[in-house]
Amino acid sequence: MKAVLKREIGSYYKSITGWLFAAFLLVFVGIYCMVYNLSGYTSKFEQVLSAISFIYMIAVPIISMRVLAEERRQKTDQLLYSLPINLSGIVIGKYLGLLVVLAMPMLISALYPLILSQFGTIQYSSAYGSLFAFFLLGACLLSIGMFISSVTESQIAAAVITLITMLFLFFMKGLASFVPADASASLIALMLLTVIFAVILYVLAKNVIISILTAVIGCGGLYLWYAGSKPFFSGLFANMMKSISVFERFNTFVNGVFDLSAVVYYLSIICVFLFLTVQSMEKRRWNE
Amino acid sequence: MIEVKHLTKRYGNHTAVSDMSFTIENGKIYGFLGPNGAGKSTTMNIIAGCLGTTEGEVLIDGHSVSEEPMLVKKQIGYLPEQPPLYTDMTPLEYLCFVAEAKALAGNEKMAQIDMIMDITGIANMRNRLIRNLSKGYKQRVGIAQALLGDPEVIILDEPTVGLDPAQIIEIRDLIRDLGKDHTIILSSHILSEVQAVCDSIMILSEGRLVASDTPENLTKLFTGVKTLHLEVKGNDADIRNVLDQIENIEDLYIENSDHDTVMVEINPNEDTDIREAVFSAFAAAQLPLLELKTVQASLESVFLELTQGDIHPIGYEEENHSSEKIQTEGSDEKIKEIDMDDFGKDDLL
Repeated sequence: MKAVLKREIGSYYKSITGWLFAAFLLVFVGIYCMVYNLSGYTSKFEQVLSAISFIYMIAVPIISMRVLAEERRQKTDQLLYSLPINLSGIVIGKYLGLLVVLAMPMLISALYPLILSQFGTIQYSSAYGSLFAFFLLGACLLSIGMFISSVTESQIAAAVITLITMLFLFFMKGLASFVPADASASLIALMLLTVIFAVILYVLAKNVIISILTAVIGCGGLYLWYAGSKPFFSGLFANMMKSISVFERFNTFVNGVFDLSAVVYYLSIICVFLFLTVQSMEKRRWNE
Repeated sequence: MIEVKHLTKRYGNHTAVSDMSFTIENGKIYGFLGPNGAGKSTTMNIIAGCLGTTEGEVLIDGHSVSEEPMLVKKQIGYLPEQPPLYTDMTPLEYLCFVAEAKALAGNEKMAQIDMIMDITGIANMRNRLIRNLSKGYKQRVGIAQALLGDPEVIILDEPTVGLDPAQIIEIRDLIRDLGKDHTIILSSHILSEVQAVCDSIMILSEGRLVASDTPENLTKLFTGVKTLHLEVKGNDADIRNVLDQIENIEDLYIENSDHDTVMVEINPNEDTDIREAVFSAFAAAQLPLLELKTVQASLESVFLELTQGDIHPIGYEEENHSSEKIQTEGSDEKIKEIDMDDFGKDDLL
């Protein structure tokens, strides 16, 4: 794991990627800090972070696209498979490498509240709490990006799919308000999700019976539930979309609340996607 | 010792390796030989633990590759078909990474890297980017990577591909040197290479092991039966009469050609030279012998015979040792009976 981490960091900073990522983030932090804090006469650094959270949509694919797709293309994954390191060690090593790249510009951004404190009173707790949450948000998106990189062989495909996923996550809350709020719409949407899940299951496991059973039991269960408690379903889907929006969770911190449940939420997403990445690597070993 | 038991690997409907079983002894050099798509790389990938099996298992010193991968992988150095190099690193950095991944550290790590760089001849390239190295040097870095950690078993998939003739000879010498205290499995589709380096050859074709023996024995297996080709002027019946008088003929095939000549193929008994007898007999019968030649099978023809057209796994006809006849229509089960040790020279002659 340590060897993988060391190699990853070396590779990010020997190529342009690591520097580009840091520069990209810092340029935006700098511009927004000037506009909000210096010209706008406010001492709230967290507002800057809130305003620039959109840059993750572009920044995350930049560094996550190559992390596993490139290994596969260059066939270096064969080396990783043949070395006496287990797959979770490799995946965690690579992920920590990504986190280091993410942390570098964050550390530099951490100077801003100190600089601003020269000109006014800063609420350090909310500024640094937000910075921490900003980092967690990035870490969470990177774990998703890494998983996407593990299922493709081409960096470009990984970048595009990650970008689309990031766009969707970013606009999730906005999209949620367009979802019809009545109960039947929620039911249909959830049933659709169940069917999609069953299809994915079929693609992965090639087992018709389990897939159909999943779809039938899932949809049947949902319908019975719906028939039993209709009011529960009204607006359910829109609320679900809102509550799983990763970007939305970050705004709680900006408003000055250190939301532990959000921290747990981010960490859970990270764990789930790291686990999926390990599984995706393991699957490749079996039917390459 | 590596034991491969009933190994099968399927990709969807395509069977890459089918029910392969063999044993690999310590301290010998083994060569996998076969045309493209014969399953060489797949088998090596599986032994190295890079690929899962559909059926069967691989045991290294009694430990299963799939169940105790960490333990087994420490004993294996593997160079895949395409050297798995990080092109943005220098050979030194790359070897440091692999050494650390193989849990080497400190002085031991550097000492081993220095030694292996010397062995593989990449010491003077240590600080160039791998991206900028020639194919030959990339291959050497790949081999160096496999040697790190002093593994007992070294698996090299086509180690000399892309090298110039001088480099090929160097790498072969290197493999022979390493073979003195390592078990080496290498693959190639170049016959002379395998013949020159290996103690034992396994010929693979369409995912099956079709032959497994020392290069000498494989050649003998076929050259033991020297075939005589004759072209005689005359008719079928006369020639048959003459041939009936000659002793030591195992079997023969007669084929009429377009003109008034007959082509005859004779398999004489082992270790007999019947050319003089044939000549005298035909001379006495006043049948002009237009051509008389001995055809000896080379390893190349063994290889071609085993891997082209219909695949007939050769097995040894157990009841009929003295006849030296090669059974080419043996059943698949015959493969399993081939054990390299039991298949010694004495049995063959």
